Amino acid sequence: MKANRAQKRYNRDILVLMVGYAAVLMSVVTYAHGHWPLRGVAGVVLALLPALPIIGVFGVMARYLIEESDEYIRSRFVQQALLATGLTLSVCTAWGFLENFGVAPHVYAYYAAILWFGAQGVVALYGCLARLIGRGEAA
Amino acid sequence: MKNRLKVLRAERDWSQQDLADRLEVSRQSVNAIETGRYDPSLPLAFKIADLFGLAIEAIFTNPHRENDQ
Repeated sequence: MKANRAQKRYNRDILVLMVGYAAVLMSVVTYAHGHWPLRGVAGVVLALLPALPIIGVFGVMARYLIEESDEYIRSRFVQQALLATGLTLSVCTAWGFLENFGVAPHVYAYYAAILWFGAQGVVALYGCLARLIGRGEAA
Repeated sequence: MKNRLKVLRAERDWSQQDLADRLEVSRQSVNAIETGRYDPSLPLAFKIADLFGLAIEAIFTNPHRENDQ
């Protein structure tokens, strides 16, 4: 598939943010290792730094939705995000109760984002397979 | 929504990519519309109609009148 301008920008920005995320996370973990526990405002800011590139990904996704001129691709992207959101919220809700009643261990809240990205991948893969097997994408 | 897009395209010997380029959409969009998996917006339907020089109803089957046709 030939990528349009919005898709190229989206791919580039996601790549930059992911590389930034890895770099920031490693730096903060390394620093925190020698200065544990982190304290005060500086500690809060440092602890928040790895979250910023991930939050940026959501911003990039929102901008992509605005910039994508192909309405079919846009609708597929929205459907994918909605299905992933439903799946993630369902798992998080169920896990919350399991944790609440002491039958599951505590999981950090940022795993919700990881689960959401994973769910997007699963939904996209399912969609691709359904189109290829079901109706076909061939010209 | 049923449509005659594939027939109209074939009459002009256009591939899905040719039509997609003319409509400034992806080939996947053309495929999804042709196979009835996606109903185009009114602006895109008008663009398709303009490209073929036909009315929208001459390309897309009115789903409420499908049994009459």
